[in-house]
Amino acid sequence: MIVISKEKLTIQKEQDVVLFRNRIKELATKIGMSLVNQTKLITAASELVRNMLRYGGGGITHLEIVSKNSIPGVRLIFVDEGPGIKDITLAMKDGYSTGKSLGLGLPGAKRLVNEFDLKSEPGKGTTVTIIRWKNGL
Amino acid sequence: MNKESAAALKGKKKQILENWMANQLKDAALRDDLMSVSELQQQSEEFLSTLLKAFASPNAEDTDSAGYESIHDILSEISITRARQGFSPRETSAYILSLKEVLSQVLEDRFKDETAILYREIISMNKIMDSLSLVTMETYIKGREEVILRQTNEMSEISTPVIRVWEGILALPIIGTLDSARTQVVMEALLEEIVATGSRIAILDISGVPTVDSLVAQHLIKTVSAARLMGAECIISGIRAEIAQTIVHLGIDLTNIYTKATLASALKMSFSMLSIQVSKAAQNGPVGSKQNFGF
Ligand SMILES: Nc1ncnc2c1ncn2[C@@H]1O[C@H](COP(=O)(O)OP(=O)(O)O)[C@@H](O)[C@H]1O
Ligand SMILES: [Mg+2]
Repeated sequence: MIVISKEKLTIQKEQDVVLFRNRIKELATKIGMSLVNQTKLITAASELVRNMLRYGGGGITHLEIVSKNSIPGVRLIFVDEGPGIKDITLAMKDGYSTGKSLGLGLPGAKRLVNEFDLKSEPGKGTTVTIIRWKNGL
Repeated sequence: MNKESAAALKGKKKQILENWMANQLKDAALRDDLMSVSELQQQSEEFLSTLLKAFASPNAEDTDSAGYESIHDILSEISITRARQGFSPRETSAYILSLKEVLSQVLEDRFKDETAILYREIISMNKIMDSLSLVTMETYIKGREEVILRQTNEMSEISTPVIRVWEGILALPIIGTLDSARTQVVMEALLEEIVATGSRIAILDISGVPTVDSLVAQHLIKTVSAARLMGAECIISGIRAEIAQTIVHLGIDLTNIYTKATLASALKMSFSMLSIQVSKAAQNGPVGSKQNFGF
């Protein structure tokens, strides 16, 4: 896999979410991603960025256009230095939430993208990486 | 910066101010619609006096030192004000940059036979002015962010109209992002209107909501429950195909909520729920005459 372009966006407040989503839309449009796939990617990203704000105390997002076997895709990396997730298996369960919300963010985001990777260390922070390929199902 | 430079600059204060003002005014970009010349003159004079004093202080090159404190304050004030007034970044940084030019000229005249000193002093002065220029930009951006934030807040208040589409039917077009603060506004407006009109159906149209994630869904579900408590049923309309697919993958359960693709179909559904019959009137008048639309 090669990285074609990369940029960073700091997320500190609610208003940053809209800016972030718009930027993803621009990148996805640039590589010709279909509207349905764009919507899935943006919605997954929205979940993760909200988690980062709410549970991780904000953080940094990396937005990249990548390419594998000459198929382009968008890779997003969410890095926060918050409290981390103690039980990842539990956090990935539908309906599990410590914040009285729907508990669908993490499992839902995973279903909406082609590649999903969650790393977290209690006390250190959380890093989530997702990729949606241009033509991925 | 050495004592001779500071003294030379101080001695030429009047001339510096004059040239600096001329520089600022000659810049075609300066907006006399945003600020009067006398205001600019006064602001510039105050700034220059404070700056020349700081130049004479022992650690003149350290713009974080105490001598520069009030300069930072004045500069921040100027940039914030300019940001709010709608000056461009170029116009705002031109304030410091145009002064730099004038100061260079004075130093050149003072040390024209001592190239080595001139070189050192110019660099030193540039260093100070560049660091002040950064302060200007930082505060300018902060000022712009304030403006944007205020506009965002204003938008969320104005863009939540509740429309009475029919006797007993309300429609609420939601446009933009449905964050927590916005949901509160929308919900309150809707509940008030349900009570005021005794409406039994509320259509929440989300055609204008770009992203429906689990937070937005939760807010919608909450609004529907609150409306039910007030005796009104909700229909969510304007769910585009790609959003419908995404909601399913996310795992959001909307089976307990009426959903429709378009506002028109939601309206039709409301009619049948309220047993309202709307039909086309028989066309018996001559062609071209005023038609009866059956309303
Ligand atoms: N970045 C994060 N830092 C710390 N904890 C997190 C983070 N993201 C998710 N979590 C934990 O995982 C849980 C599940 O997240 P999610 O599936 O998005 O549901 P919800 O946001 O509705 O709680 C959260 O309630 C929280 O406890
Ligand atoms: Mg979440």
